Amino acid sequence: MSVIAAPVPSSILDQDWRKVLRWGLICGGALIAMCLVGMPVEMDRRAIIERYLSLGYLTVLFIPVLVGWVASTQVVLEGVEARKQGPFDLVTGFVVGAIGGGFLALLMVALDSWNLRDPLVNWSPKLFRFLTYENGMGFGAVAWIVTGAVLGLVGASFHIVPRTVRRVTSFVVFGLISLSILESLIDDLSEGFRLEWLDEFMFAKKGGLTVTSTIVIGAAIGVLSLVTDGRMKAATERYRNMEGVERQKTSIVLFVVIAVLCGVLPMFLGKIMNELLANVGLFLLLALGLNIVVGLAGLLDLGYVAFFAVGGYTTAVLTSPNSPWFAPELHFGIALIFVVIFATITGLVIGAPVIRMRGDYLAIVTLGFGEIIRLLFMSDWLGPYFGGAQGVTNIPGVDLGFATVKGTDPRSVFYLVLFFCAIAIYVSWRLQASRLGRAWMAIREDEQVAEAMGINTVSAKLMAFVVGAVLASFSGAVLAAKVGSVFPTSFMILVSIIILVVVIVGGMGNIAGVMVGSFVLIGVLGGPKQPGLLQEFQNFKLLIYGLLLVFMMLKRPEGLVPSARRSRELHQEEFLQDAWLQDDKLDSDDEVSVGDGGAEEQ
Amino acid sequence: MSLLEIRDLKITFGGLDALSGLNFHVDEGEIVSVIGPNGAGKTTFFNAISGLVPPTEGEIEFEGESIVGLDPSIVTSLGIARTFQNVRLFPNMTILENVMVAQHCRTNQLLVGALLQTKAFKKEEREIRERAEEVLGFFGHRLVGYRMDQPAFALSYANRRRLEIARAMATQPRMLLLDEPVAGMNPIETAELTELIGRLRTEWGFTIVVIEHDMKVVRDVSDRVVVLDHGVPIAQGSYDEVSTDPNVIEAYLGRPVEAAS
Repeated sequence: MSVIAAPVPSSILDQDWRKVLRWGLICGGALIAMCLVGMPVEMDRRAIIERYLSLGYLTVLFIPVLVGWVASTQVVLEGVEARKQGPFDLVTGFVVGAIGGGFLALLMVALDSWNLRDPLVNWSPKLFRFLTYENGMGFGAVAWIVTGAVLGLVGASFHIVPRTVRRVTSFVVFGLISLSILESLIDDLSEGFRLEWLDEFMFAKKGGLTVTSTIVIGAAIGVLSLVTDGRMKAATERYRNMEGVERQKTSIVLFVVIAVLCGVLPMFLGKIMNELLANVGLFLLLALGLNIVVGLAGLLDLGYVAFFAVGGYTTAVLTSPNSPWFAPELHFGIALIFVVIFATITGLVIGAPVIRMRGDYLAIVTLGFGEIIRLLFMSDWLGPYFGGAQGVTNIPGVDLGFATVKGTDPRSVFYLVLFFCAIAIYVSWRLQASRLGRAWMAIREDEQVAEAMGINTVSAKLMAFVVGAVLASFSGAVLAAKVGSVFPTSFMILVSIIILVVVIVGGMGNIAGVMVGSFVLIGVLGGPKQPGLLQEFQNFKLLIYGLLLVFMMLKRPEGLVPSARRSRELHQEEFLQDAWLQDDKLDSDDEVSVGDGGAEEQ
Repeated sequence: MSLLEIRDLKITFGGLDALSGLNFHVDEGEIVSVIGPNGAGKTTFFNAISGLVPPTEGEIEFEGESIVGLDPSIVTSLGIARTFQNVRLFPNMTILENVMVAQHCRTNQLLVGALLQTKAFKKEEREIRERAEEVLGFFGHRLVGYRMDQPAFALSYANRRRLEIARAMATQPRMLLLDEPVAGMNPIETAELTELIGRLRTEWGFTIVVIEHDMKVVRDVSDRVVVLDHGVPIAQGSYDEVSTDPNVIEAYLGRPVEAAS
């Protein structure tokens, strides 16, 4: 194969200035947008490293680094020799960062000259003080241009430094930032394990890592990153190459470890963390159900929250003494039977009319139904039965005989949710490899052909709807018992969308992916009303959700932990190339299919 | 009595008569070819039988029972399976899954069996798998072995066509409708598939209706040939009779025979 040499720039100033300018504008735009969104000011209160760095500055400072790095990345094309990265790229990063910093300086001038608080809420003197480090405009402007340039340079230099240095620095930086952000979790854990001294050593009284601990922990992480270099990759590679029994054994061990962790960990966690885990569990349960409907059967259901609401309200009416119209005060376990029945009926009632629609139409109609259910519970017409906007309150916890599960004891709620999640995981896992699961996959692929191959698509799709509905209603039932009350506002359309985002970001069609998705999104960022680990980001949650979704769609559409099938689907070409190479080895004796290569696109 | 009996079948799309008054029958164990120029209504004819397109008028009887207006899935479960002209596999399912899923209408385990892993469920799964492997084995080594676990989109064109036939066979039909089974195949593959179509009748006992443009295949496989043009049958009989019929030649060439000489 001939390799074309890449053009070598004659001097380091022989830049593609258009490109540099473009990235500079992007950098500046991102910085200004970040400031005007209000994230830096709001998060300035939260310290990362005591006295020296706050989360607010971090949200601004990372931008030039990132953009500098991206802007100076060499595009490597197959068959073309890539230019060696060097001082040339440093210049790119430097200029890009400087332009970005310049934009911030301009923003400062503008902040000082005009008052645009009306359209832009965050156009405030506070932002001005934040940007100038309270040192006056001249200092601020110069400081930001210099900082931007230096940070852009740092970003670009990542291409040049040796791999080890890159690994160690990125580990140390990310490790320190995550440790600092997870401060509340570490507080909680160290209390649970009676390791208060650790907490005292790590964190300053007002929050943030202390300078000493930053140095010590940073060094520790650095050493750790050197020791573990390549180990993780080798381990996943080994796992991937395992076959049959061996792989099964390893999977079982992994599963047992995770199960034990789930069972034991909550014992050592405080209230807040358990509450958080319970929320993650509730959303995981919803996401697992939606994963069956969307991931397996391919029915884009945007009104999934309807079933969540039905589960919640059924439990509320049947168990609460305050139910306005009919209050049998049943036990949670008995109410659960009715929850299943009503969820099934709702699944059939909503499913039957919409099931003949396809793709986008189905999504729009289910979106409508999701709102209709909420508005019905909200309406004056059904108010006498379901309490209207006042909802149903005073729902008792779950009396298990030896313990009572209720909201004030989030640990017990977590265990209850865990139980239902286990059921949901079992159901998804078993159904995937069954006659019904295969029928769903076929419908997802090509509905008309599935029908022509003898699959009754209407009943198969209804079945998917109902299974999803029942799992969601379990989640609703637990929510009712946990919170002790249900209101129509708990079942906003946003819930449907967030669950869908969880499924997509985690990895559609893959149980492990959905689990990772709910931990990352609900656990770290937080649910629609529930705070996550990053409580500071609470107000910007939806923005981050959106950015994350866009980023994932562009860079990794198959999700964080993709199912094999889906990543194959989205990377058909790569798969075909691999298969072609493998074919060459395996059937050179196949004289007949010579000439048809196997790479036609459909 | 014939296996499939079609009387006065008429299908209209808007103002266009895709089929106008078609009479057709297939006897048990026959191989019938349907030929005709492009747009003659051959595929519409298959779509009407398999229930994808409802007939405007007329009667379709399979084993003496009317199948007009039935869902495609029910038609398949009655014993009519088909392939598609533009190969429509389930591209992201594996080859084995493609064939396994086609046995849907011959099996009946639902939620409970799968969740409780009952004996009946496991037995049925095993049978589905065995039958799938048996069907795939009919095409030699091409669709078995490591290929069974590859997604269908990774197959070569010819193998996709083979897999489509395998999938239709897996529905355990009495009658197979093959829509241009050798389109896009090279001469060696065509010859091989021609032989396989013959074996589908002798070894598996299927009655077969084939739409085909390759006249060599038509000659080699069919007991009887039906020629369609503009939605009406213009000739039928053995290959030799049909191929010398002046109407047929005119339909294909667009002008009367005399003008050709």
